[in-house]
Amino acid sequence: MSSLNLEEIRRNINRRQQINKIFAILGLLVIFVAILTLLGLILEMVIDGHSRISPDFFTSFPSRKPEKAGILAAWVGTSLVMVVTAVAAVPLGVAAAIYLEEYARKNLLADLIEINVTNLAGVPSIVYGLLALGLFVYQFNLGESILTAGLTLALLILPVVIVTTREALRAIPNNLREAAYALGASKWQMIWDHILPYSFGSILTGAIVGLSRAIGETAPIITIGALTFIAFLPDSPLREEFPYISFAWLQAPFTVMPIQMFNWVSRPNAEFHINAAAAGTVLIGMTLMMNGIAIYLRYLFRKDIKW
Amino acid sequence: MGGQCPPTLSLLSLRPLRLCGLLYMTEQKTLPSKLVRNIREKSIELILFLAAFSSVATTVAILFILIKESLAFFTQISLWDFLTDTQWTPLFGDAHYGILPLLTGTLMTSMVALTVAIPMGTIAAIYLSEFASNTLREIVKPCLELLAAIPTVVYGYFALLFVSPLLQKVFPELSYFNMLSAGLVMGIMIIPFISSISEDAMRSVPLGLREGSYAMGATRLQTALKVVFPAGISGISAAYILATSRAVGETMIVAVAAGLQPKIVWHPFQQGATITAYIVQVSLGDLPHGTIEYQTIFAAGLTLVLMTLVLNIIGHFLAKHYREIY
Repeated sequence: MSSLNLEEIRRNINRRQQINKIFAILGLLVIFVAILTLLGLILEMVIDGHSRISPDFFTSFPSRKPEKAGILAAWVGTSLVMVVTAVAAVPLGVAAAIYLEEYARKNLLADLIEINVTNLAGVPSIVYGLLALGLFVYQFNLGESILTAGLTLALLILPVVIVTTREALRAIPNNLREAAYALGASKWQMIWDHILPYSFGSILTGAIVGLSRAIGETAPIITIGALTFIAFLPDSPLREEFPYISFAWLQAPFTVMPIQMFNWVSRPNAEFHINAAAAGTVLIGMTLMMNGIAIYLRYLFRKDIKW
Repeated sequence: MGGQCPPTLSLLSLRPLRLCGLLYMTEQKTLPSKLVRNIREKSIELILFLAAFSSVATTVAILFILIKESLAFFTQISLWDFLTDTQWTPLFGDAHYGILPLLTGTLMTSMVALTVAIPMGTIAAIYLSEFASNTLREIVKPCLELLAAIPTVVYGYFALLFVSPLLQKVFPELSYFNMLSAGLVMGIMIIPFISSISEDAMRSVPLGLREGSYAMGATRLQTALKVVFPAGISGISAAYILATSRAVGETMIVAVAAGLQPKIVWHPFQQGATITAYIVQVSLGDLPHGTIEYQTIFAAGLTLVLMTLVLNIIGHFLAKHYREIY
């Protein structure tokens, strides 16, 4: 031990501290490089595309002339597909989550469903497209329609909805359940009157996050054969005469924002790349807005809840 | 008043009275009978179960469709040819059906992506878990998660129109479509997967282990690398494997930026097609249902599913394992 004098120990400590500091800087650097690269790329895209974004861009159909082309068909298509997705995925996902969290006993079947949900979350999105092509388009004859696309994306985001809803349900303390039972509520009354209202905010947040993922999904929609050039709008869901509402739009051919962007990116003409940048800007704006709303809602609902 | 029972009595006699059809009760009128209530509860449970079971049905449907169409494919093309032929030209007159070119394309882009994402993701995770203050972590984590929220077609745009031209200035021999830029951008996209799962793994390592290490005079970095990292290794390797599965299944970035020419690639500067890009390419055209070209995308899809399924199962097994150690 005599060889380790004070001087050497000090040097050793200093050296280790220095390496430590260098790593701390490296870590910070890596994180900021990742975030800043992305911000830089987004900024470049916005700079390239902003000149094309005007009211006309939102109200024109795609065209062979880049400066005349717009995203009307695309954003209408995206909105309609999202409606179908939300209507299909949210009730199904919430119901599945309630079963897994409140009803399921610890048995093989429940385990199977659990493993299956985590596994579905890892299936590449394009595989859902193949499923939809084989099942919805050819087996059920739903065609290459808004309904098919909406259902496909609903299956895709189902694991997200299930997982976030389960977390929301798990966060509710058990004594609330017991209080409801003590007052004579049945299990479903307890869930419907107490658990669901309390977890509403978190479930909504999860649904929005799931939809924001669906909005940018391109691959499965291409696989089911969405058209890239659509110069008309689906039927309006509202009618002048009775019954005032129509579901013909469900069967309409369509295009969506990411496909429109993909179409413009893959053209060799650089003028179209400006359109792609503009469409990308709108798409990122939509995604970030949805995520922003989700984060805000989470904050809003968490603020008043103190168990 | 005379004919009415006292409340307690009527509550007790509610069910027999109802069963006899003597429905003149007053305040208990709203209570459904136990039978009705039981039927309602059971049917609700059944509906909820069916909803939960629909996820299993989805998996079964995926496998059923892929296997059905692939079987039709393999009656015409032998499995041996599929696995060993070095050409993939189903759309040409001289059709070859060897998956190898698509497989090498997929592995090449994934490798480039992981070379970027694993070191960066791991360093970010170590920093966030062991070095960063709480405030910094709260700010950085949502920002990193936004990286994953951006639509992949937008990443494809970045790869083709920004990263590729930039790299061409450094390496003039780079082609317009290439696997390098697609892989690099994909790497940036999967950093958050690696960093968030590994960070969770490292943060679940008990504080006592860290304190023991600090007590021995180790610095934060030494503690992180020699104590926390090894203790969280199964969770971290799960993160790597899930990220690999993500990279293998990624579609739009490679479809936009890596090119669509299926040939065996040895170098990331070349262009080449991945399994996913091939499926996109075929779907963009109009293929009649039931032809062999139509079936190829299902055979390719089955290959993809098998690859990701194996990776996901290993990943989940590892992720589950690390929770049970302490």
